[in-house]
Amino acid sequence: MRFRLPLAGLLGLAVLAAGCGSSGEPAADGKVTISYAIWDKNDQPSAEKIIAAFQQANPAVTVKLEITPWDQYWTKLQTAASGGAAPDVFWMNSLNVGMYAEGGIIAPLDESKAEGLPEAVVDGYRHDGKLYALPHNVSIPALWYDKKIFDAAGVKYPTADWTWDDVKAAAEKLTDPAKKQFGILAPMWDQGGFYNTMIQAGGHVLSPDRKKSGFDDPASIQGLEFWTGLIKDRVAPVAQVYTDTDPIQLFQSGKYGMYYGGVWFASTYWANPEIRERIDVAPLPKGPAREAVILLGLANAVSAKSEHPQESAAFAEFVSSEPAQKILSASGGGALSARPGTQDGWFEAFPSWHLKETYDASMPHGVPYPATLNTAQWQDVQNKLLAEAWAGRRPVADVAKEIAAQMNEILAKE
Amino acid sequence: MLSKREWAWGYLLIAPMALGLAVFYLWPIAQTLYLSFTESGVFGGYTWVGTANFTELLGDEEVLGALGNTLLYAVLVMAGVPLSIVVAALLNVPGLRGLSVYRTLYFLPVVTMPAAVGLTWRYLFNGDFGAINYLLGEVGIDGPYWVGDPDFAIYAIAIVGIWSTIGYNAVLLLAGLQGIPRPYYEAASIDGAGRLRQFFRITLPLLTPTTFFVVVITMINALQVFDLVYLMVDLKGPALSGSRTIVYLFFEKGFVQNQRGLAAAIAVLLLGLILVLTAIQFRLQKKWVHYE
Repeated sequence: MRFRLPLAGLLGLAVLAAGCGSSGEPAADGKVTISYAIWDKNDQPSAEKIIAAFQQANPAVTVKLEITPWDQYWTKLQTAASGGAAPDVFWMNSLNVGMYAEGGIIAPLDESKAEGLPEAVVDGYRHDGKLYALPHNVSIPALWYDKKIFDAAGVKYPTADWTWDDVKAAAEKLTDPAKKQFGILAPMWDQGGFYNTMIQAGGHVLSPDRKKSGFDDPASIQGLEFWTGLIKDRVAPVAQVYTDTDPIQLFQSGKYGMYYGGVWFASTYWANPEIRERIDVAPLPKGPAREAVILLGLANAVSAKSEHPQESAAFAEFVSSEPAQKILSASGGGALSARPGTQDGWFEAFPSWHLKETYDASMPHGVPYPATLNTAQWQDVQNKLLAEAWAGRRPVADVAKEIAAQMNEILAKE
Repeated sequence: MLSKREWAWGYLLIAPMALGLAVFYLWPIAQTLYLSFTESGVFGGYTWVGTANFTELLGDEEVLGALGNTLLYAVLVMAGVPLSIVVAALLNVPGLRGLSVYRTLYFLPVVTMPAAVGLTWRYLFNGDFGAINYLLGEVGIDGPYWVGDPDFAIYAIAIVGIWSTIGYNAVLLLAGLQGIPRPYYEAASIDGAGRLRQFFRITLPLLTPTTFFVVVITMINALQVFDLVYLMVDLKGPALSGSRTIVYLFFEKGFVQNQRGLAAAIAVLLLGLILVLTAIQFRLQKKWVHYE
C-alpha cells in the first residue's frame, strides 16, 4: 500500500495547481473573484486595506492578493503569461511594460483615469500611443546624510541649493581614514545614482526617440565620472564594499556621511531606532548643466486574457484614485503615492525628516526612467561593463563608448 | 531462458523508473536539442534559425569566460578529492571513538539546503564584517573581498564546493575502503610494513575503482555548478565576470534576457563538454585504476 501515498500526494498537488489557475467562471450568485499580484511584502498591509475599501464599494467582487518576491516575480509572471494564466491585475514597471504590451499580454486602459498623475511616470507606461498601466506609486532618489558625522566635522547640512561641488567638498571633509569613515557611498546604481548624474551633467541615457544610446555623450561620461572620481579620491569606499554589504545597510553603520538613496528607504530607516534622529534627507544636488531626478513609478496592469476585464480595470483604476492613494500614504509603507496631494499621511509617518521638502523640490525636475522594449538586455551590458570602470580596471570613457556601441546594436534590433 | 511472463514482470518493475526517466530527462533533452536550433518569442512561439545560436556562442567572449571559470572550478573541486580520501581513511581507523559524530559532521553539508549553505558562507566571506576576514585579521592578514573581487570569487565558491562534497565523497570512499579484504593488511604488517606504507601500497591502489567513480561524479557535478554562484556573488557587481559559470550563463540568457534558444544551445554545449570529458576519463582509467 505504501506506493499509493505519493500518488495520492501528486493528485492532491494537481488539484491544488488547478485551483491556483485564474479565477474561472462567475459563481451562481454573480460574484466574481479577481487576482492581484504584487512583489513587495512591505506593501501588503496597504494593499489589503485598499482591497477592503474596493470590496466595500463593489460587494460583488472579491480581490485575491498574491505576493511573489521580486527575485521570482518576473520569471513566474512570464511563465504564467506564456500559458495564458497571468493574474487579472498585476504590478508592472516601466522596464517591462513595452514587452508585455507588444506581446499582447496586457490590455490598454482608459487614459482619462491617469489624469493628474505625474506625467514623467505616466509616460513610461505608454506604448504605441496607448496607456497600458496605471501608476500607483512613485520612487524619488534623494540625498540621505548622517547629521552626527556632519556635526563632528563642522560641515553644514545639505540644502536644496547644493551642487556637485558642495557634495565633493563635504565628502572630503567628512572622510577620516583613521576611523575608517568615508564622506559618501558610491555604489554602482542606476536609478538612484548614475542615471541622475548623467542627465544632470547635460547628457542622456537614451536619445529622445529611444533609438540610440547616450552613453558616449561626453556629458554622460562626466556624469559617470562623478562617481568613479569619488572612489578615486578615496572619499568613498571601493566598489567591492557595496558588493559584500548592501549600501542601504552600510549607511546605517554610522561610518558614511552621505548616501544617494531613495526617499522610499524611509520605512526601512525608521524601523531602526538608533538612526531615526541621527539622519535626515535632502533633494539630490544640482549638476553642472541642470537639475534632474529620475522618477520611477510602479503601475497596475490588467491581463488581456482576464475573464473579468471590467472588474479588473475598475480595480486598477481604484488603486490610483485619490481615496486609495490616501490609504497607501497613511499606512507609511515603502512607497510614496503617485497622485499629487495625497502624500501627507506618508510624510506624517516619518516626522523627523525633511521628506515633504525633498518631494516638493524634486517633483518639478522629474525625468522618466529610461526604458525600451529590451531594457533588460542593454542594462545587462551596461552593468557588466560599468563594473569594470567602478573597479578602476578601465577608464570610464572607454567603457562608456563600448556600452554605447553594444547598446546601439541591441536598440537597432528592437 | 526467461519466460514471457517473467519478461513482462521485469518490464513492469522497471516501468516507474523508466517512465520517470523518459518524462523528466529524455524528453527535456530532446526538447532542448530542438530549442537550441530555434529563437523563441518572449511569451512562447519558436522560429527555426538553424545553427545561428551555436555560431553566436562560439564568437562570444562571455561564453569563453564562463567556460574558463567552470573548468577552473571543476579542477579546484576535483583537487578536493584527495582530501575526501584522507577523511574516509581517518573515519575508517578501527576503534575510532565518536565515529558516528564525525560521520554526521562530515555528511551534514550534503543534507543542508544549498540556499542556506550559500547564504551562510556569503556572510562568512563578507569583506568588512565576515568571520573569515576577522580571523585572518587576528593573525595580521588583510583578507580580500572574497565574493566581491572577480579574482577571488571563483576560489571562494570552490572552497564551499569542496566543503560541501567532502561528506558525500567520503561516504562513497568509506564503502570502498571497507571492501578491501583485511588479510592484505595482516600479511603486510607481518612483512613489516607500517601504517603509512600500507596506506600507499594497499589502500590507495585497491581504492582506485571507487576513487574513479568519485572523480567522475565530482567532475560532472562541478561542471553544472549554479546555486553557489547565484547565492554567493552579487549579480550586478564586478565579481560576476570572474565567477560566471556555464549554467549561470544559461540562466542569464534564458531567464533574464529571454533568449531561450540561445540558452538551450548553451545547455547542449555543456552536455557535449561533459560527454567528451567523461569519455576521456574512461579512456584514462586504464592507466591508473586497478580492479582486483
